[in-house]
Amino acid sequence: MKGWRWLMDFPYTWGFFGRVVLKASALFLLLNLVFIVAQPLPTLSHLSVYNWLVPGRERLPYGESADAFNLTLDSVPAMLASHQLSRAKAPDEVRVLLLGDSSVWGMLLPPHDTLSGWLNRANLRAAGQPEGRRLVFYNLGYPTLSALKDLLILDGAMGHTPDLIVWVITPDSLYREHQLGVPLVQRNTETVRDLIRRYDLDESPDDPRLQSDDLFGRSLIGQRRALADLWRLQLFGIGWALTGIDQVYADYTPVSNDLPDDETWQGQPRGADLAPLLALDVLHAGQGRAGQVPILWINAPIYRADGSNSDLRYNVWYPRWTMAAARDIMAQVMREQSWHYLDAWDAIPPSAFTDSPLHLTQDGSRQFAALLHDPVLRLVRE
Amino acid sequence: MALPEIAVMLGFALVYILLIPGRWRGWALLLASVIGVYALFPPLNIRWLEYSLATATLLLAVGGWWLTRAPGRAIQREDVAVFASVVLIALGMTAARQIDLSALISRPPPLLAALTGIALAVGSFGLVVWPLRKRPARLTVGLLALIALFIVLKTDALTTALASLLRAQVGQDASLASPLDVRWLGFSYVAFRLIHTLRDRQTGLLPALSLRQYLTYVVFFPAYAAGPIDRAEHHQKADEALATLNARDPQRITIALTRIGIGLFKKFVIADGLAIFSLSAVTAAQVETTAGLWLLLYAYAFRLYFDFSGYTDIAIGIGLLFGVRLPENFDRPYLRPNIAAFWQSWHKSLSDWARFYVYTPLTRSLLRRKWGGPLVFGLASLATMLMIGLWHGVTVPFFVWGVWHGLGLTIHKLWSDRTRRWYRDLQKRPGQRQLWQVGGVLLTFHFVLLGWVWFAAPDLTSALRVFGGLVGVRW
Repeated sequence: MKGWRWLMDFPYTWGFFGRVVLKASALFLLLNLVFIVAQPLPTLSHLSVYNWLVPGRERLPYGESADAFNLTLDSVPAMLASHQLSRAKAPDEVRVLLLGDSSVWGMLLPPHDTLSGWLNRANLRAAGQPEGRRLVFYNLGYPTLSALKDLLILDGAMGHTPDLIVWVITPDSLYREHQLGVPLVQRNTETVRDLIRRYDLDESPDDPRLQSDDLFGRSLIGQRRALADLWRLQLFGIGWALTGIDQVYADYTPVSNDLPDDETWQGQPRGADLAPLLALDVLHAGQGRAGQVPILWINAPIYRADGSNSDLRYNVWYPRWTMAAARDIMAQVMREQSWHYLDAWDAIPPSAFTDSPLHLTQDGSRQFAALLHDPVLRLVRE
Repeated sequence: MALPEIAVMLGFALVYILLIPGRWRGWALLLASVIGVYALFPPLNIRWLEYSLATATLLLAVGGWWLTRAPGRAIQREDVAVFASVVLIALGMTAARQIDLSALISRPPPLLAALTGIALAVGSFGLVVWPLRKRPARLTVGLLALIALFIVLKTDALTTALASLLRAQVGQDASLASPLDVRWLGFSYVAFRLIHTLRDRQTGLLPALSLRQYLTYVVFFPAYAAGPIDRAEHHQKADEALATLNARDPQRITIALTRIGIGLFKKFVIADGLAIFSLSAVTAAQVETTAGLWLLLYAYAFRLYFDFSGYTDIAIGIGLLFGVRLPENFDRPYLRPNIAAFWQSWHKSLSDWARFYVYTPLTRSLLRRKWGGPLVFGLASLATMLMIGLWHGVTVPFFVWGVWHGLGLTIHKLWSDRTRRWYRDLQKRPGQRQLWQVGGVLLTFHFVLLGWVWFAAPDLTSALRVFGGLVGVRW
């Protein structure tokens, strides 16, 4: 056949075959060695089709769903490179980063109905400043509960010159055991170790949950999954650009209004001292990493049930005593450190929650955003 | 074929090349192909069904051989040994109930049930065939039975009814029946190979094949799931050459491995990459702009080509490693200057089959009735393309896709008949000829591209919505 003549008409010998195999093997070996020595993946992760060929994503990639042109990957630089945060900062822009868990990311909500979506729709302007710059909010929420994970993302995002950070926390995201328990933290070992050392966090850099790559893991073949994810992220960009879809909006089971009569939180009995269980050092590290950029800390709104055993618990996550104790601790820390803090734990009515004690409906998200207008503008004007 | 299956085939090829002596190569291919029928079958929702369908594939092939045996050819000892091997392998698969054979098969029936099933199938075949004394009647019954089974498996309503019946038989909820319950892997290709041998026996063109040759031809593992559709006489020649084949021929092995490498890249890198944003019912509804919809359609066209031609490259490469040259299926189809040339270079083994068994006989028959040339060509093209369309599934969009191409071929024929002299004169003006050539390629490609809308859409309304979207009309 004509199309294959280039292949068929050439006389092949075992010598030729051997030379090809030898050269290919040598090239493959060399590429693996280059990977082991140079570790080019972090650099490659900055290469992205987003923000030039296709629009940047409105929230970080998360969720393994080809139908929603989205995937979960481990590389924070690649995640940030795909985010609209990586576009050039406009001269009249006040850049506000939103950090937090799935309630900030916007589980079950399209991008324009998330917290950042509503804040951007409000078209806030720093009117107190002479140029009246626009406030542009960037959704850097990521759907796992760990303040250390937020610190990891902040560490990567600080290169994008933020002017203000809004960091949404909840007792579960501060729970010590959760800090190293999420895959994103576990797979960004070197950065996390560096953060632990730099900010003297109460975690061990040698914690076995932090995954270290051996020689094979650092090779091209060992990093094939990360490379494939990077490639898929770029391809999904075309689907994202064409549809604006990054999440499958499935039916959900509403958050439970009837609760168990159990009063323990993370295995702790009623009245336990929560201070040692909360990773308050991560908050200090966050302030340290932000430097001169102000942070507005928010205690996230939670669902408050009124069904059975609601006298003992607010929801399936939090007994009443836990939220009360954690609020006291957080308020005390914020007061002592003179940090900017908004305790919004009861700011949203129960009807505005979806499938978890933190996930908000479109209207709940709008209400939460409205709550932030004044404190954010106040901080920007300061 | 997924990557692990390809890796297993390559591993087997290495053993075949290094260790298997010439006289056993035919047997090695047969046994690997028979086991491959079970190993390649995906798990199905209905209990024991993947085992039953795999076994039915083999029994159909044995039945096909029985019906198409050359006149006067007595059953040989080898034929008996082959049949016994097939039955033993089929029964041996039931051992997966006791030992882990998950790489080959999951959830087979108990030995006794399998034995009873095989005996019943062979008995029923005998009961139907035995009373038909004359060979032509047997062949006709075989053909009709295959076509009927083909229609059942390609028509969603009938497949659902069959699934419902099968679910009831094994005590599963019949209300959950769906066409996906009865995904008979490779049946489209197996059926067309069988029809080819039955028809060629009717016309006396089929050479005498042993059961081993016939079975290996029908279920040859590289081509079992998705073609190409070889011809029996061609396969027989390759089989006869196996004994004297230089298994370690660097020419053949280099070409084979290059084809496999190219195929892997086309299928798993390019096609799978394009699949992420190519046209489907879901993406068509999600896309927000007209330009975006066009982009999805282009991605779909190239994905289809790279996926299928990549698969074919892999199949041809693996076949070559074993000394069997499978027919080519694609020859740069999107660079063809007219629709007739496109069909001579797209899924060639299927279009060749259709030409042999639909187009040519129908044209001859109509010409004998003294029908006019253009009408004969139009009707024959339409019927052939309808058959190719419905081969993919008995649905309205595939029907329309067949009509689309049938009309395209007819219009092209009328046009080329009227412009033949002008086109010949064009050869003297190379610049102008090249311009027409480029125009022809673009026109043909976009005709095929728009035809893919019917191919990708699950129903007529979805297809019309896509066509509307392509010109900026949305509803």
